Amino acid sequence: MMIKYVFSVLGLCILMLGCGGSAEDSTNSASVEEPEVVADPRGVGEVKNVTLKDPLEEDRISNGKAIYEMKCSACHKLTDQRVVGPGWAGVTNNRRPEWIMNMITNVDVMLAKDPQAQALLEECLTRMPNQGVSIGDARDILEFMRQNDLDQVGSKDQAINN
Amino acid sequence: MKNLFIAILAVMLISSVVYMGCSRKDASSIVQGNAASEAYVPPGEYDEFYAFMSGGFSGQITAYGLPSGRLLKEIPVFSVCPENGYGFSEETKAMFQTSYGDVPWDDSHHIELSQTDGEFDGRWLFVNANNTPRIARVDLSTFETVEILEIPDVAGLHCAPFITENSEYLVSGTRFSVPIPQEDVSISTYKENFKGLINYVSVDEESGEMELSFQIEMPGFNYDLARNGKGKSHGWSFLTTYNSEQAYSLLEVNASQRDKDLLAIVNWKKAEEYLAQGKANTRQTSYYHNLMDHSSHIAESTEMTTSQILTPADCPGMVYFIPVPKSPHGCDVDPTGEYIVGNGKLSADMSIYSFDKLMAAIEQEDFADEIAGIPVINYESGLHGILTKPGLGPLHTEFDGKGNAYTTFFISSEVVKWDVEELEVLDRQSTFYSPGHLVIPGGETRKPFGKYLVAMNKITKDRYLPTGPELAHSAQLFDISGEKMRLLLDFPTKGEPHYAQAIPADLVQPNALKFYPIEDNTHPYVAKGEGQAKVERNGNEVHVSMTAIRSHLAPDNIEGIKLGDEVYFHVTNLEQDWDVPHGFAIQGANNAEILIMPGQTRTLKWQPRRVGVFAFYCTDFCSALHQEMSGYVRVSPSGSDVPLMWGLNDENHSEESL
Repeated sequence: MMIKYVFSVLGLCILMLGCGGSAEDSTNSASVEEPEVVADPRGVGEVKNVTLKDPLEEDRISNGKAIYEMKCSACHKLTDQRVVGPGWAGVTNNRRPEWIMNMITNVDVMLAKDPQAQALLEECLTRMPNQGVSIGDARDILEFMRQNDLDQVGSKDQAINN
Repeated sequence: MKNLFIAILAVMLISSVVYMGCSRKDASSIVQGNAASEAYVPPGEYDEFYAFMSGGFSGQITAYGLPSGRLLKEIPVFSVCPENGYGFSEETKAMFQTSYGDVPWDDSHHIELSQTDGEFDGRWLFVNANNTPRIARVDLSTFETVEILEIPDVAGLHCAPFITENSEYLVSGTRFSVPIPQEDVSISTYKENFKGLINYVSVDEESGEMELSFQIEMPGFNYDLARNGKGKSHGWSFLTTYNSEQAYSLLEVNASQRDKDLLAIVNWKKAEEYLAQGKANTRQTSYYHNLMDHSSHIAESTEMTTSQILTPADCPGMVYFIPVPKSPHGCDVDPTGEYIVGNGKLSADMSIYSFDKLMAAIEQEDFADEIAGIPVINYESGLHGILTKPGLGPLHTEFDGKGNAYTTFFISSEVVKWDVEELEVLDRQSTFYSPGHLVIPGGETRKPFGKYLVAMNKITKDRYLPTGPELAHSAQLFDISGEKMRLLLDFPTKGEPHYAQAIPADLVQPNALKFYPIEDNTHPYVAKGEGQAKVERNGNEVHVSMTAIRSHLAPDNIEGIKLGDEVYFHVTNLEQDWDVPHGFAIQGANNAEILIMPGQTRTLKWQPRRVGVFAFYCTDFCSALHQEMSGYVRVSPSGSDVPLMWGLNDENHSEESL
């Protein structure tokens, strides 16, 4: 998997530039360091524990939706259709809330260290960009995802005990 | 007098031949010790200083790292830049507006970094346009030009934009005196009709915005270079003049007749008092003030129509002159503010003035003459002393903060280190060849950082592999931390750097903006998210609000454009990460491309010339799928009934969906 990962991120550059150096010589050290395999379902980052409330918090949903439309919608659809990145339908049933928020706020480290994030990169081939989202805003996006899951697949938060 | 001039010319020729003839074999012997490792900055490490060099005829500024001499960025200022669309994008066109219309080029000379308490504060950089007189401000958090102010009724704004120690003012003077106001007169009426202006542009403490505060009407000389006082001499400006002969033809000879020209000494605090007392005349004129809005990133141009003019004859105690030996160029004030160095280009000696003695002479009215109501101080009375025969063709001086001055000598092609207090030459090192300005980090401030000196040479000849008749100018880096200057490195530069200023990286680096927060973007055609991407027709104007993110443009299919339309592509970069600009180019565009920084909106106007389907694409390699970041516009004949349609990934929209 590691070999494929390095190829997908750097292979094109190495081929095109003909630099022929070893991966260690390349400049983007964050993406070529030997990933420390951590299968923490919460991912890697500052977000360690998220408390979810029911019913859903409407203020968070509306702010989360606005940020989604501005910073996320170019790549993520609300259905299960993958365009650039995976569709969001059912995401809270598949990923812990901490993982989701760490992926949003700490994407470069997640892509370097988290096996699930790396698997997604292999599938999508475009690195998810750091969109400068604060942890507070990421929490609001999470709330919007929970609402979206109810709308799209009729259930939410199924991954909470993963 | 003529003989002396010829003699100097002869020396100039001989010395050039001598220096250029022998230098190649000398080059290896002049580099001592492990110079290479001292200028070497390993991969991944940062330089200690930023050096900002003017571009001369390029009109731009370059930022280099010191000591490595690595080029970090070329910042477009006074010349349009098709590489990123500066001057071509709809947002930036207004930066080039002047009272002469759109002026897309200029000649940038002198860099001045903003100061607080006589030290660099790392906020802004100011630079002058020589040809069509203007002063620009570059924001050092973005390294972008954010403001350009035209200076009215002057010609050849070489003497600019010299800053005061708290960035109160940028001082400038006209290089070419002209009729004021401009009128249709014979050039031979120079003495009667031509005047010079010294201009004071204020700088807003918070925003950095410039405003022409007042102008002083002076005799029709050529005002060449200036510096402001510091410490005890704060509140005063010193400007060299040449052509006190008031020649208007063959200045090379006719402006070099007199033994001495003049240093103008301006008490600008006094000028402020006269301004407050209403002593200024308001003159009708025209000049433009162009300002970039930091939220919409759109430049706006405003015509200004009046200027406040102070006349020395009406304002006693505001301006004085003192003689300076032949055809002075540089005028530099030492870190204590006590010593003012006047360099006569055609003089074998350098005059160093004492601020205390100047003030005493003014107090005692120790005057030799008066010109247009301006007292001329007795030369000897204001003099600290003379540095005798330091070299040939002294031009510019900077300081190391340890009591030493370093002066470039154009004709004898060297840098000379001398003791300011003792007036004693301490060291001299050849440069290759013929230096103009030099820069020491902080070398014109109250607290120079010293350590390095960069000589900016005017002649390159054999320094690098040949590149045809035109060669890159050369800069040479010296270590000045010891008693003797040591040459470490030379490196080619862009355009023709005249002056440069260098500042420790840690005064600039922490403020570097990584991207523009998209929440703050107030551009009228911003698309904050792909859901806001759209196409709108207004007569024959079509506005495309497009988004860019790795790795697609939205919309990427557009139909319903017709011949005769003017299409405006307003591209918003949705990225919010560092170093992810996107570009936009479309086939047949008669202007340029645009680069769009993260969070920014930029607009490229396109007028289709042919019926067909035309591709557009991202020009700035952004991701593994950059090559896929593209789209098509369909252009139909004028009068066609193809409806306006836009979309991405088969999700299409039409005007009804708006």
